[in-house]
Amino acid sequence: MNLKTLKKAVGQNSIWLVLLAMCAVLTLSTRTFLTAQNFMNILTTESIIGIIAVGVMWCILSKGIDLSPGSVVALTSCISASLAQQYAYGASRLFPNLPDLPVIAAVLAALAAGTLIGVINGLLIAYTRIPAFIATLGTQLIARALAQLYTNAYPIPELKPEFKSIAQYNLFGAIPMVVVLFILFAAASGYMLTQTRFGSSIYAIGGNDQAARVAGINVEKNLIKVYTWCAFCAATGGILLAARSGAGNSSVGLNYELDAIAAATVGGTSHTGGVCRISGVIAGILILGVLKNGMMLLKISPYLQQVFKGMIIIAAVVFDMRKNAKKN
Amino acid sequence: MSEYVLEMDGIVKEFPGVRALKGVQLHVRPGTAHALMGENGAGKSTLMKCLIGIYHRTSGSIRLKGKEVDFQTPNEALHNGISMIHQELSPVPERTVAQNVWLGREPYKHGHIDHKRMQRDTVSLFQEMDLQIDPNEKMGNLTVAQMQMIEICKAVSYHPDVMVLDEPTSSLTEGEVAHLFEIIRKLKKQGCALIYISHKMDEIFQICDEMTTLRDGEYVGHDLAAETNVDALITRMVGREVSNLFPKVECTIGETVFRVEGLTSGKQVKNVSFELKKGEILGFAGLVGAGRTETVETIFGIRHRDAGRIFKDGQEIQIKTPEDAIRNRLALLTEDRRGNGIVGIRSIVENTVLAHLKAYGLPLNHKKMRADTEHYVAAMNTKTPSIDQPIMYLSGGNQQKVLIGRWLLTDPDVLIVDEPTRGIDVGAKSEIHALLTRLAGEGKAIVMISSELPEVMGMSDRIIAMYEGAVSGEVLRGTPEWDSEHIMALCHGQKG
Repeated sequence: MNLKTLKKAVGQNSIWLVLLAMCAVLTLSTRTFLTAQNFMNILTTESIIGIIAVGVMWCILSKGIDLSPGSVVALTSCISASLAQQYAYGASRLFPNLPDLPVIAAVLAALAAGTLIGVINGLLIAYTRIPAFIATLGTQLIARALAQLYTNAYPIPELKPEFKSIAQYNLFGAIPMVVVLFILFAAASGYMLTQTRFGSSIYAIGGNDQAARVAGINVEKNLIKVYTWCAFCAATGGILLAARSGAGNSSVGLNYELDAIAAATVGGTSHTGGVCRISGVIAGILILGVLKNGMMLLKISPYLQQVFKGMIIIAAVVFDMRKNAKKN
Repeated sequence: MSEYVLEMDGIVKEFPGVRALKGVQLHVRPGTAHALMGENGAGKSTLMKCLIGIYHRTSGSIRLKGKEVDFQTPNEALHNGISMIHQELSPVPERTVAQNVWLGREPYKHGHIDHKRMQRDTVSLFQEMDLQIDPNEKMGNLTVAQMQMIEICKAVSYHPDVMVLDEPTSSLTEGEVAHLFEIIRKLKKQGCALIYISHKMDEIFQICDEMTTLRDGEYVGHDLAAETNVDALITRMVGREVSNLFPKVECTIGETVFRVEGLTSGKQVKNVSFELKKGEILGFAGLVGAGRTETVETIFGIRHRDAGRIFKDGQEIQIKTPEDAIRNRLALLTEDRRGNGIVGIRSIVENTVLAHLKAYGLPLNHKKMRADTEHYVAAMNTKTPSIDQPIMYLSGGNQQKVLIGRWLLTDPDVLIVDEPTRGIDVGAKSEIHALLTRLAGEGKAIVMISSELPEVMGMSDRIIAMYEGAVSGEVLRGTPEWDSEHIMALCHGQKG
């Protein structure tokens, strides 16, 4: 390995170096940071945002955006919870006359409803050509309102233990299912990105949709797939959130999409389209997670935390743009 | 006082790792047009960017009217008498023509923009330049040629001592070029010096008085137009003899493989019919806006087809999208390389395999992708440090070679190329010509659109002329009608 390839490797993975540096500082300044328990805490806390981030990065890659995931989380948390309440809870259930459904039915219904929002996003963006920002801002409001209408804004408690175990079960007694699912979703996204025709097509559409079209890529169909996948990720997040917290609630998931967009952005996903690496996005999620965790350990005011988070997002994009400008 | 208005001497510009200019000189007399010549990458643009302050030279001196200058920004250069018209225009499409001309220096009266004066000044400027464009028209509604003219008017309004024109005619029709030359002659008479960058030799000899030639960042010579000729200049530029720009080889022409009947799309394409034979190069001649690009876009499923049928190998085929076209073994190298050709930010590999992704299976066979790319990079003689390089960092000619590779990879039967050599240097141009001829020899059927009459006549076996969306005539090589004046007349809608 010569100096040039080393330099290139460092340049491509500079974000991981930032993460390492942050970890080093926190290891030296706190006693509790560098423990397996704390590391698992960070992963568990960030995994739902992480699952949404590996979905929303596709939208950003395709030169779009999705603002609806937070509301999709709320909607799917309510739908899955409403169908997974304990039978014994009886008349207090959202649907008192509901028969005792298997948990899988609750999961599938929530996934279907959430994914449908994504299909609608995709159809709107691909065929009406309205900006993704507007289309998904609209569905964000609609999905949130549907969740509130569905539940009358009451929480839905007393969920079946089997349902709760979707998120709470620990694989090998140590790794929470939310973390396992995050890893699975990240792996699936990474695989699609680099190993499938779909991934290559989205890189091209994000880079230059007109060129992609002339090269025989069905831009509309691919965009629909992107927004469907993003909503599917968010729907999974909503189910996990209900299972983890033991209740469905129409007010959860607020601003989750912004956290996910921030993670993808810090991870080097370019809002001008066509640039995205899964390793970067994972690093972005971890950076924001470690930042939150570290400041908590250092007992820094949560308000100040938001200031740092904002600064990191801006700095990441400035750095990225400077890097690209230099190449020119 | 020196006899030169602009003297650049010993200009060196270094980029990290590259010496782009190695002591270049350029001396320009007032009231003359001075051609700056060289292949793409020779350093012409770099030199001009050093002049107007986009780049800062590493060493060397620039004297403007005898005074040493060192401009920090293009704006500073502009206000000191040097204006440049770039190849890539940057209009503000949603604003009016007048607003574009006076952008950033709008006349003020009582603290707000004096629209009346702006209007008046624009009208008088356009009158002076003999330009018939409504100052209140939205910039976005104009043709590229009109925008170009407005860009020149804007430059003139600064009353420059030196005006730099970078490929000003690449999107102009012959008539518009003539108009531009009128303006240039007028400016010359007023004592303005022009630096003229172009690949088109005939234009250079029409309008330029002197030429300075660069090669690989070095100064290779200065000539007076009256004392040199095209061949000598080309030899100077490339450092070798380019014997024949259009290496037309007669190939055996086979049976008809492709036929279009009554193709219509909006007002741009009206009832176009033609057929194409195996091994044939069919040229499409016409003025800019004659509907040639729109015709092939309609064939390829990019543009909506209102009427007409398309046949391949005797069978009618249905093309609604480019995907359908590619499935039927058609390929289209589009005119607008940046707009719908390259995916600039992605690598040469990704750009090469883009139209052929279906062939790489699941998971994608990256090894095969790289091998295919290497093959076409070598076959097309594409110059790049690595196939992982984003394509936007290549020169126009090399980008075009990658795009041709993209289409050859799909092994098309019918290859449509739209202005394949626009804005490309002489060397790459003749390579592309040789390649097209070879492909025809291998039995591919080729449609070639070109606005350069010598090119389309040099390459084609048959020419279809278009005018205002319709076919205005057809000429076969070797017949008495195969004559540039006759074809030009057809392009102007006159039955010759």
